[in-house]
Amino acid sequence: MSSTKFILGLFEDPDEMLDGIHKLQQNSIPIYDVYTPMPIHGIEAKLGIKESRLGYAAFIFGCTGGTVAFSMLYYMLVWDWPHNIGGKPNFAIPDFVPITFEWTVLFTAFGMVLTFFYATHLFPGRAPRVMDFRATDDRFVIAIDARGNIPHEDITKLLNEAGAVEVKHNERKYVSYE
Amino acid sequence: MASHGESIIREPLITGKDITYAQITNDVLRPVENTPTKAWWIGFTVASLGALLWVVAVSYTFWFGIGAWGLNKTVGWAWDITGFVWWVGIGHAGTLISAVLLLFRQNWRNSINRSAEAMTIFAVICAATYIVAHMGRPWMAVYSLPLPNQYGSLWVNFNSPLIWDVFAISTYFSVSLVFWYTGLLPDIASIRDRATGLRRRIYSIFSFGWTGSVKTWQRFETVSLILAGISTPLVLSVHTIVSMDFATSLEPGWHTTIFPPYFVAGAIFSGFAMVQTLLLVARKVLGLENYITMFHIESMNKIIILTGSIVGVAYITEFFIAWYSGVEYEQYAFINRATGPYWWAYWSMMSCNVISPQLFWFRKLRLSIPFSWFLSIIVNIGMWFERFVIIVTSLHRDYIPSSWAMFYPTWVEVSIFIGSIGVFFTLFLLFIRVLPSVAMAEVKLLLKGSSEQAKKKVLAHGHVDPAQAEFYIESLEKFDSVEMADYAKL
Repeated sequence: MSSTKFILGLFEDPDEMLDGIHKLQQNSIPIYDVYTPMPIHGIEAKLGIKESRLGYAAFIFGCTGGTVAFSMLYYMLVWDWPHNIGGKPNFAIPDFVPITFEWTVLFTAFGMVLTFFYATHLFPGRAPRVMDFRATDDRFVIAIDARGNIPHEDITKLLNEAGAVEVKHNERKYVSYE
Repeated sequence: MASHGESIIREPLITGKDITYAQITNDVLRPVENTPTKAWWIGFTVASLGALLWVVAVSYTFWFGIGAWGLNKTVGWAWDITGFVWWVGIGHAGTLISAVLLLFRQNWRNSINRSAEAMTIFAVICAATYIVAHMGRPWMAVYSLPLPNQYGSLWVNFNSPLIWDVFAISTYFSVSLVFWYTGLLPDIASIRDRATGLRRRIYSIFSFGWTGSVKTWQRFETVSLILAGISTPLVLSVHTIVSMDFATSLEPGWHTTIFPPYFVAGAIFSGFAMVQTLLLVARKVLGLENYITMFHIESMNKIIILTGSIVGVAYITEFFIAWYSGVEYEQYAFINRATGPYWWAYWSMMSCNVISPQLFWFRKLRLSIPFSWFLSIIVNIGMWFERFVIIVTSLHRDYIPSSWAMFYPTWVEVSIFIGSIGVFFTLFLLFIRVLPSVAMAEVKLLLKGSSEQAKKKVLAHGHVDPAQAEFYIESLEKFDSVEMADYAKL
């Protein structure tokens, strides 16, 4: 049994990488993940990744923000301490609009981004789990779990055929750990 | 990929030969990964001296109170609110570029959005300092927040646009910051993965552990699109609310319904001028000519003509409506602006904002970098005068002639204003040293479809309508970063 843990196909062109994904899938080789320096459109569908539900989260946060702001204004201006301002109505809805809107946006933005960070495990100081250092620079990397996926030579050949500039057999999953 | 198969007649967004993904990273990170140049040190020294002046003048204000300023009982707002509105307006272009142009799929935004958003954040910081400073007793700032207190609780007056402004500016600042920082994560990860030792550790903390996996990118794109979608109405609401600080008062010259759209157009106008001021220098000094091309500069100049013209129409409409309303106070306020003791401020505003941008109808001027830079400064000056005219000339002659007064700034106000420019440039210069000034991941998206080399390949292959090819090659002549000789044989 070889000590290879992960096989990485490094491409310098996103279209060649897509070709590589296609070839691997034709041969029923499961892909662990793909790391790219920029978003590649259409790749999620190819890898069978479900659509992001962050939009729903954003909508719910927005509704929450609007409700919180409007309720706060109602409580403070109408319920808790109604002031007589020139005999004008206390429940002046047009005056509530700007702040209700601002908090709708504020809650949407923060709620959605924090959900994104939480779901993706992004937070300050997190040890980066990098498989190849050039994946954030100029290499489009397909990672294949080596265990169970044998023979390794065939995978290497497939990746090379698709146009991989380099195929790595890594003994460690993440190169970023010291 | 979205950019594949782009029409040949569109101008390239990245110029230069043999640009690779690695080349983009190298070019953008050059100022971040190397020791600063002499030009940077000179700029930084001057800017931080300005920031120091700001610290001195603001401390002086806090120690002695706003009596240190030239305000009097007639003119109670002057350079402070002028500076505040000026800075907030400048900030708006960043959001416009990053959000509105994203929704409209204007790919040329990709190479300028990062620095424009940074500019937004620094400009809003400068604006916020004015708000705190003009309170005179900054520790009282908490009373603008609806916090429970021992008076009842006595809540803030939510019917007041000044309170709306507190919510609008704080939301705008924090949402812009989140938008900017989320966009920075992949680029900080690029710096991290190229660095070693302590640098890697520091950038590792700030990269939040970004890896660029498929799921991360997918969520990232969803987040960017939704943030753009909510930032667009946000940016319009912010300057609308700023204009309501004036428009909801009963002051002649302020009490007009045209203020919200007029302020928003003015904000975009001044913001694009500031983007030009910064980027025309940055592209040269940082060597980013291939990414921030003549096409970008021309596009921004076109937006300056458009918004400058909207502002011009607004000025004239305001004047017309003052006459048409038949209200003598309103009429006097406007006649006094143009012919009263502040006539010079009014005509500076008119010539800088309405007349001078019209020069950009000349193609030659629009494509001249020195002229564009010069005009961007003129517009910045003009937009400062616009706020000064609106605020000071409306206030200085009120309903009782016995209380008419003139406003003369003291050294403290002048220093706070010059100092705030110093603060802005200090922050901007630090930014270009430690963070990538161009969104690398987004520029890389354009390389395969919209770059000059990709289009050259398409031309070399033939299969292009000769008329379109000729049109395209002619459009390249304006670029200072394209070798025209290469196209002679095509």
